[in-house]
Amino acid sequence: MAELRMNQAIREALAHEMRADPSVVVLGEDVAAAGGVFKATEGLLEEFGPLRVRDTPISETAILGAAVGAAMAGMRPVAEIMFVEFLGVALDQIATQAAKMRYLSAGQFTVPLVVRASAGAGLGFGAQHSQTLETWLLNTPGLKVASPSGPLSAYRLLRNAIRDPDPVIILEPRALYGVREDFDPASVDLDRLGVARRVREGDAVTVVALGQMVRVAASAADLVADNWSVDLLDLETILPWDRDRVVESVKRTGRLIVVEENPRTGGWGTEVVAHVAEKAWSSLVAPPVRITCPDAPVPFSAKLERRYLPSLEWVAQQIEALCTAGRVLAPWWEPL
Amino acid sequence: METPERQGPTQNARERRALLRSGDLRHALDRMMEIRVLEEQVQKLFLKGLIPGTTHTCQGQEAVCVAVASVAGVNDPVLCTYRGHGWALALGAPAASVLGEIMGKSVGCTGGLGGSMHLSDRSVGLWPTIAIVGAQLPIAVGAALASQTRSDGTVAIAVFGDGAANIGAFHEALNLASLWSLPVVFLCENNFYGEYSRIDRTTSVADIASRAAAYNMPGIVVDGQVLADVRQAVQAAIDRARTGGGPTLIEAKTYRFVGHSRADPAKYRPAGELEGWLARDPIRLLAAAIHPEAPDELMATLRNRWEATMAEVVDSVLASPEPVEQDMFRHVYAGGSGEAEVST
Repeated sequence: MAELRMNQAIREALAHEMRADPSVVVLGEDVAAAGGVFKATEGLLEEFGPLRVRDTPISETAILGAAVGAAMAGMRPVAEIMFVEFLGVALDQIATQAAKMRYLSAGQFTVPLVVRASAGAGLGFGAQHSQTLETWLLNTPGLKVASPSGPLSAYRLLRNAIRDPDPVIILEPRALYGVREDFDPASVDLDRLGVARRVREGDAVTVVALGQMVRVAASAADLVADNWSVDLLDLETILPWDRDRVVESVKRTGRLIVVEENPRTGGWGTEVVAHVAEKAWSSLVAPPVRITCPDAPVPFSAKLERRYLPSLEWVAQQIEALCTAGRVLAPWWEPL
Repeated sequence: METPERQGPTQNARERRALLRSGDLRHALDRMMEIRVLEEQVQKLFLKGLIPGTTHTCQGQEAVCVAVASVAGVNDPVLCTYRGHGWALALGAPAASVLGEIMGKSVGCTGGLGGSMHLSDRSVGLWPTIAIVGAQLPIAVGAALASQTRSDGTVAIAVFGDGAANIGAFHEALNLASLWSLPVVFLCENNFYGEYSRIDRTTSVADIASRAAAYNMPGIVVDGQVLADVRQAVQAAIDRARTGGGPTLIEAKTYRFVGHSRADPAKYRPAGELEGWLARDPIRLLAAAIHPEAPDELMATLRNRWEATMAEVVDSVLASPEPVEQDMFRHVYAGGSGEAEVST
């Protein structure tokens, strides 16, 4: 067992796969000599050398394009995009190139590429460096998208992603890089992407969350534990997401709450709620609930940023309301 | 003059490529005529409504792709543009697989999933042709990065039009390739028009190759109508890249005798410009170099043969089956139904 911060867990996963497979290479801005601005690639340059661990210019199109080309040639590149927002200047290489190459070549070319990007709010980085942006990618068949909820989750997802034959984008909650967890890397189960994790088992309500909202939902579940048992699922992979496990859970509990760190309109929870409505309508005893951020950019002020994100108290209140009255309170920003 | 052996539509891609790589210029001439005739057929079929979507044909530019195919290694990745029919044939893809793809049939090189703008044949280094202007440049840099990391000796060739020299991916790709001395050749097919706009209305320099100076790499202008000139420049750049000398930017000045796409009549071109370039038809120039006594007869012989062959190809493609519905799910992710993993 070792207590690892999330950035250390990521580094351990990279080092493990790089030792096992010489085709794994790492590239990105300040990932080599500096060990990454979030210190998730520390020591890799020293261990694996400058051909396999490369500092790049501030050139996201070149970073991602080079990763796509290297992957098509049979390497397994792991590209770091420092802030997920920077995908915006190079989205073509992910959504239009990486996601389509297997398809357009009828399987002659594959793109076993991993893009790691920091994501999310909570650090006071303001509107251009605090988004999660998974919804930019969800409507793109050919991609896989995942987001860890802590060190073990990050370790497992990254090792699975590097071994995955398709392009995977991992959105790492920035606010969690310093979070610690005890686990034994040697005994981590590697299965595959697309499996939701049951964080706690319950029968009163299904709560589905992703990324740092898993921790918020878990704390909320603790808060209501005397009254209600929450079946909490950490999706981990949002594309493709674990439809079967979510539907199975809702069929048992009859209630569904999704907890999202993204603006309400078009958030991933919309897809989860729609699918559950289609597949488990007759099992529902109350309307499905989306707990999201408001439709606004992420504010800078610490007070406003806290208000912007779903809080554990708010999630707990909504669980109570749904289980007690069969309906929840309107989002705080909606007029009464 | 003895004409080269008949290149049947069923001959496989590697054999077809080997003919070009033999260095026998008669094969190069023959391939250029094959491309010319296929492109003419594509335009006819499009106007008859037998080709869906769009097409971008390359009549007039045949020397560039054939020159590259005759000197690049069969495993050297070639990344080119949506004006890619000629590149596919030049690198070796058989006419039936190219035309089949353009027509969306299951006999196409990707079974109708790709289409005119997305041709590929890994067996001869034809990486998927890219239909987002400039996107192939950083991807080629990545192929070169793989080569350098593994020391596998391959050289990537990034082919792009003059229009792509104005997109950000060009700058990022050339800077990174030069910074890391990657084995890649940047080859601009400058046909003087980005879609309907002439280069002097869109581009700050007359010679794209002059931009090489900004990236600390050699920049070379060649006559894209003269096969031997393109061959020589590309061979030198490949040799340089393969021996660790880093990238080169080559600009081949050429011209498309036709419009940008579909049925574009290209009325935006000044009077007389096309005629000037037709007088420098790359096929005629090579025919005259090979057989100065009677180049037109040689061209006529080759044309007649390819027109007959291509008519057979068209018939066979028309008679071939459409893809089936399930085909659209086969290659979205690994393990799709019917997907046979290729080893990389």
